[in-house]
Amino acid sequence: MPLIVKLLVQRIALGLLLLFLVSILIFAGTIILPGDVAQSILGQSATPEALANLRRDLGLNDPPVTRYLNWLGGLLRGDLGTALTSGQDIATAIGKRLGNTMFLAFWAAFISVPLAILLGLVAVRYRERWPDKIISAVTLASISVPEFLIAYVAIFVVSVRLRWAPSVTTIHDSMSLGEKLHTISLPVAVLTLVVLAHMMRMTRAAILNVMQSAYVETAELKGLRMFNIIWKHAFPNAVAPIVNVVMLNMAYLVVGVVVIEVVFTYPGMGQYLVDHVSKRDIPVVQACGLIFAAVYIGLNMIADIVSIIANPRLRHPK
Amino acid sequence: MRIPIAALVGLIFTFAYFFVAIFAPWIAPYGMAEVVSRDVWLPPSSEFLLGTDNLGRDLLSRMIYGGRTTIFIATAATILSFSTGSILGFLAAVLGGWADQAMSRFVDLIMSIPSLIFALVVLSVMPVTVPVLILVMGLLDSTRVYRLARAVAVDINVMDYVEAAKLRGEGRTWIIFREILPNALSPLVAEMGLRFIFMVLFVSTLSFLGLGVQPPEADWGGIVKENADGIVYGIGAALYPAVAIATLAISVNLVADWVLNRTTSLKGGRG
Amino acid sequence: MSDKLLAVKDLKIGATVYPPGEKPHDIEIVHGVSFELEKGKVLGLIGESGAGKSTIGLASMAYGRGGVKITGGEVWVNGRDILQTGLGDIRALRGGEVTYVSQSAAASFNPAKQIMEQVTEAAILQGKFSRKESEARAIELFRKLGLPDPENIGSRYPHQVSGGQLQRCMTALALCPEPDLVVFDEPTTALDVTTQIDVLMAIKEAIRDTGVAALYITHDLAVVAQVSDDILVLKMGDMVEYGPVDQIINNPQEEYTQALVSVRSISHEEKEPTSEPVLTVQNITARYKGTNFDVLKNINVELHPGQTLAVVGESGSGKSTLARVITGLLPQTVGRVNFAGRDLSPDLPGRDMEDLRELQMIYQMADVAMNPRQTVGTIIGRPLELYFGLKGEAKHKRIVELLDEIEMGVEFIDRYPAELSGGQKQRVCIARALAAKPKLIICDEVTSALDPLVADGILKLLLDLQKVEDVAYLFITHDLATVKAIADSIAVMYQGEVVRYGGKTDVLSPPFDDYTDLLLSSVPEMKLGWLEEVIANRKMESAGN
Repeated sequence: MPLIVKLLVQRIALGLLLLFLVSILIFAGTIILPGDVAQSILGQSATPEALANLRRDLGLNDPPVTRYLNWLGGLLRGDLGTALTSGQDIATAIGKRLGNTMFLAFWAAFISVPLAILLGLVAVRYRERWPDKIISAVTLASISVPEFLIAYVAIFVVSVRLRWAPSVTTIHDSMSLGEKLHTISLPVAVLTLVVLAHMMRMTRAAILNVMQSAYVETAELKGLRMFNIIWKHAFPNAVAPIVNVVMLNMAYLVVGVVVIEVVFTYPGMGQYLVDHVSKRDIPVVQACGLIFAAVYIGLNMIADIVSIIANPRLRHPK
Repeated sequence: MRIPIAALVGLIFTFAYFFVAIFAPWIAPYGMAEVVSRDVWLPPSSEFLLGTDNLGRDLLSRMIYGGRTTIFIATAATILSFSTGSILGFLAAVLGGWADQAMSRFVDLIMSIPSLIFALVVLSVMPVTVPVLILVMGLLDSTRVYRLARAVAVDINVMDYVEAAKLRGEGRTWIIFREILPNALSPLVAEMGLRFIFMVLFVSTLSFLGLGVQPPEADWGGIVKENADGIVYGIGAALYPAVAIATLAISVNLVADWVLNRTTSLKGGRG
Repeated sequence: MSDKLLAVKDLKIGATVYPPGEKPHDIEIVHGVSFELEKGKVLGLIGESGAGKSTIGLASMAYGRGGVKITGGEVWVNGRDILQTGLGDIRALRGGEVTYVSQSAAASFNPAKQIMEQVTEAAILQGKFSRKESEARAIELFRKLGLPDPENIGSRYPHQVSGGQLQRCMTALALCPEPDLVVFDEPTTALDVTTQIDVLMAIKEAIRDTGVAALYITHDLAVVAQVSDDILVLKMGDMVEYGPVDQIINNPQEEYTQALVSVRSISHEEKEPTSEPVLTVQNITARYKGTNFDVLKNINVELHPGQTLAVVGESGSGKSTLARVITGLLPQTVGRVNFAGRDLSPDLPGRDMEDLRELQMIYQMADVAMNPRQTVGTIIGRPLELYFGLKGEAKHKRIVELLDEIEMGVEFIDRYPAELSGGQKQRVCIARALAAKPKLIICDEVTSALDPLVADGILKLLLDLQKVEDVAYLFITHDLATVKAIADSIAVMYQGEVVRYGGKTDVLSPPFDDYTDLLLSSVPEMKLGWLEEVIANRKMESAGN
């Protein structure tokens, strides 16, 4: 088997292993830690009989390993269990919300990724001059304020003062794409802002690193135009680091979505998770936690796979 | 030693924040949860410098007490994350072998779950109290400190001067404390600033989500949550914490930058 | 002006420096340099590090590396001052009229593109040749430069060919557009000597056959003497001496040039072996963890008290690994190391303080061999504390003595390594080793990171100290000139084996084995026509076989 195929198979296997271990960790995190699920559902005033009944119904009397295997078996069949508080089927509830979250994240990524790469290039082109300095300052400011506060400032200015976009973003199926986009324009803008600065800064560093290499100097000493140098010599080597930067920030975006959904009361996974953490609805928390972790692991895996494929030493072995 | 202006400004602001946090009860004009007015969301006046909040409490006082809580939790969590992460990171680097492998792979596993999500999962079963918050945030974040400390120590550990010390017959204590630590200190101190900022943002986010500091205790994230409803009426009470957090974070950042630059210039010094 | 290909007049070059704790400011690094070059001639630019030679070379392409800026003077190429023309004209100049060969071809080739595409890129872009013509030219150049499989090597990627081959590809890249001038910037410095001679010959023949002019930049006067018509000696951005190669080598006028020419002229009489060796290495075989081949194969050498054994070989010969086995960093799989009459434990933890004290080591890179956070006093004082329990006044007194031995004053005691020059750093490392009063010091390439004149000083110091302290040296080096200067006995290593071993005179006298012959004959000599002689001899020998 060629080395590159071996590495790719290894990396994918590692991702799956990681996912499996994370499922154990999440499950263990919610049962080993002190805190009685039945007690937290029924409250302090519950009678001992009611507690015992609930424990039995939830299968809390089984040994942890059995419970984990039951849970995992359910997961593999697509059965995420039922929510304690509402009795709803979790898979059904999540399905809809996952779609909404993806819709929001997709548009945020769609705008922020090209913009970040473009601005990263601008920062490199005008290094140490004012466009670069402005970009640095904005980056510093935006990583110094939590997402939810950026969101409120945006609501305060854009939707309350200027009345350009709605602050509550409930979307439903009967809306046209245009209506949906108008509704989510503010959360998308905030998410974009949140990941943009970071992504721009890292893109700048990745491109700069390539631009300072000796082979770019060679290209310059061949009399190539700046555009050709960037396109033919810098770009092929910068692809892998830039994809890495993008994936890292997409993973960050996934987390940012949680908070932003709460601010805008957007019917997505994040709000669903936070709601049920407060209600101590453990099956829902486990399911949501695992899905977020899976997305995160998946994005990191894609970044590594691109790096492996883009490496000429692996693509053209000796 | 000359301190650049940016770093000086950062230092002054950082000290000012800690000063206010420590002496909050003497500085705040009113009590932390004291209802001082029957009118909610009063605009700023000479009586209430930042106006009142959603329950008619003095907002300035709540900001000051809130800063105290936020800064205390962030500091405690940073210290926990730092001591755990750097000690284990150094040990992993110096010991190497299976101990290093076991710790590093475990850290990889923890870091494959976003910290906010992990914290939410854990807080769904734990009682939300200040010690639990510090513990959860500190331990989750110690994974990042571990990675940095290990990387820095591994880099130093392969330096010829460490090999020379081993060949000279120095013990492990000398090697860690006299050869590695002095050279690892500056990058770690700079990282400490960044971790502190992250903790401030982290605890504010948790409180905002209702899973951090519980009312009536004040903290910056909680103040946003309490006053968020005012925003749609054009009342900016919820935005004051933004200014407070941003100023603190930028100040600490400026100090951290300076510490880091000083190290790199020392490393690349003459010769 | 028009009759000269290149004319540089009063060239001044500046750079911005960022000293720690101070404001960034501009300094001048080249202070008014002038020279001329005719078509088809080769000018050697020579000097130690910081002389500004690479900067001057790049200025002939109107290029400043990093923050370097040309601040004054004129650079005339083919009858126009390129410092005054526009960017478009400069682009046509670079890669067309003037091309560049860098020290590290491995870094200068784009790792993501095939060699052929990169070699022909400038020729096609500048409209010199069509793609087809360029490729035919490239293959012809590959052949001329002695590359294997010239028809197909162009379809390979840079990481798929060896360092020496890539350096030749870089030369092909520079020659492909049929330029008027090529700037060679230390093109053979990163190569082993036996590879260097082939590349050097390839370059020389290519220059001769194509009739191109060249600026040849190097720190090694013996190398530049083989390829140049004229030589310009530089020191700290100033011109020291400028003249025909014959005059510079055989009749240098300036003191600095004389020092450069006579460098490595230290001579040292071989000592007779004494009765009892201080170090006996017996049947040592070793391999690194997780690998399946021996990096050292059955090594046997001896070293007598107060003498020097030079272990010489190219990269990958296993010479540094031998040092690691003797110091206990890499336990051997077979064999034993006998030191001062006792067998040493193969691994470090098994050795006692006395073993460690009597066996000291000095490293190649003095920068990283000293803790940057410790002062010179702490660095030299630590072995005194550790081994002899010296404290306070007694320790201070001994540190001052040691500083005196390495010809440095007491004022250095509170300095940090970053405040010392390269030579001073290495001296402090020597003092640290001497502080332990060792019987043996292992010197691992201790002079190879230093400029030749500084290196000479270190070698003289080591020889003087050997007489006073009666210490033995195990001297690991790739540089045969150093070996000749200081060794009493020599072990030549090749691919993990000692291929020749004995007293200095014996080892360096014929008859030779093939490898030693190749190695010895590859070391550039400060003599005109040396390269041709060696090549002619080798051709005769291979014809004779």
